[in-house]
Amino acid sequence: MNAQAPALRDPRLNRPEPFTPPLGDGGFFQRDRSIHPQAYAPGYKSSVLRSQRQALLSLENSVSEITGPVFGHNDLGPLDNDLIRNYAKDGDPIGERIIVHGRVLDETGRGVPNTLVEFWQANAGGRYRHKKDTYLAPIDPNFGGCGRALTDETGYYYFRTVKPGPYPWRNYVNSWRPAHIHFSVFGSGFAQRLITQMYFEGDPLIPVCPILTTIPDKDALDRLVAPLDLNASSPFDSLAYRFDIVLRGQRSTYFENRPEGN
Amino acid sequence: MPQPLNYLKETASQTAGPYVHIGLIPAMAGFDIFEKNFSNVLVTPNTKGERITLEGKVLDGTGTPLRDVLLEVWQANAAGRYNHPADRSAGALEQEFRGWGRAGSDFESGLVTFETIKPGAITDKAGRKCAPHINVWIVARGINIGLNTRLYFSDEEAANAADPVLNLIEQPTRRSTLIAKRSERAGKAVYSFTINLQGPEETVFFDV
Repeated sequence: MNAQAPALRDPRLNRPEPFTPPLGDGGFFQRDRSIHPQAYAPGYKSSVLRSQRQALLSLENSVSEITGPVFGHNDLGPLDNDLIRNYAKDGDPIGERIIVHGRVLDETGRGVPNTLVEFWQANAGGRYRHKKDTYLAPIDPNFGGCGRALTDETGYYYFRTVKPGPYPWRNYVNSWRPAHIHFSVFGSGFAQRLITQMYFEGDPLIPVCPILTTIPDKDALDRLVAPLDLNASSPFDSLAYRFDIVLRGQRSTYFENRPEGN
Repeated sequence: MPQPLNYLKETASQTAGPYVHIGLIPAMAGFDIFEKNFSNVLVTPNTKGERITLEGKVLDGTGTPLRDVLLEVWQANAAGRYNHPADRSAGALEQEFRGWGRAGSDFESGLVTFETIKPGAITDKAGRKCAPHINVWIVARGINIGLNTRLYFSDEEAANAADPVLNLIEQPTRRSTLIAKRSERAGKAVYSFTINLQGPEETVFFDV
């Protein structure tokens, strides 16, 4: 661990108003599948044998879908949201130091509090610390490439890392992934579970990526691209990127003592 | 022009990719980083209920097991109660039993296992009894949006026959894709499953 590195500080400037989340046992809004990739997307070749031919069976949400695992600060360690320090052995990892921050919201615009956000990425050279990754770029001895955070009461999360590099992969002979960070988000119910990827503003590989272009909706694709957020940067230390994540909204709670709704 | 509704749109899904282990199960990627890790063992010594092993594979359209797939399970406790504030049913809650776990498939065999307990029957919002089941979520390279399915238990024939979700499935042969088969190994119950991503025995997946 490098004793010289300044501590990671909360980068937000304008804190959104706190709110009280509803207890929430209503079902989730129907998923709009027109903004998600189709299962069968032949330009992304791995999807061909792993995609379904039958229609999904639509299920009215029961208690099995509106509930989901609950996580707390006990599940996390103090460096879990600091990828610059959480695997540092004898110095800082190589690369552009960045802060990634944003809010987890639902489709009604409410923050999703106390939800687990997990993230993983390649190092600055585009190499993953994974025994199955054989790309020739070197492993960084001071970089693990994963972290996690719990959103606060407003749905806000942040972490510090180095900017991942692009890398080649076997799809076409010259396919390259744009720089990206993988995100896993829970929400309050298992039907909100989502895995996605965050991209960086201005990356020229974005429009030619066979995985990104599985998304049929231009606006939905643009919402995966994090803008540079100079206001949240840490001067002489780190640039910042802003990435908000939206999970499915939830219909209002039906209370037995208020049958007219709420 | 009417007033705009101004709902936000859900963030689009992207594949978990082949290196999903780094973020979610770093030990499988080959390194140790977090003080506390999530695992495929849902039970503690205090958990009430029958100990079971859940094991199976996820097969692609050629019948080949996926060796880079990640499964998560979400289930009620033995009393049929989910450990979540939105479940206000009568069964006793066990704070220690979260009811959730995750597992990566073996890099050679593709086998996925969970150590858990058999959940109790669940009462739905209409007051109907639902057969005991475990909710499953599947992500991997080549899967563009997480797949939701359920596992029911082969020794619950009467409850399965009355289950409102199983009865939504038109073809009885497709219903059987959700039934894990019970056997015994060294005195412990093992429930085996096969999830087919496509083909004539394609598993029933839900739009939840």
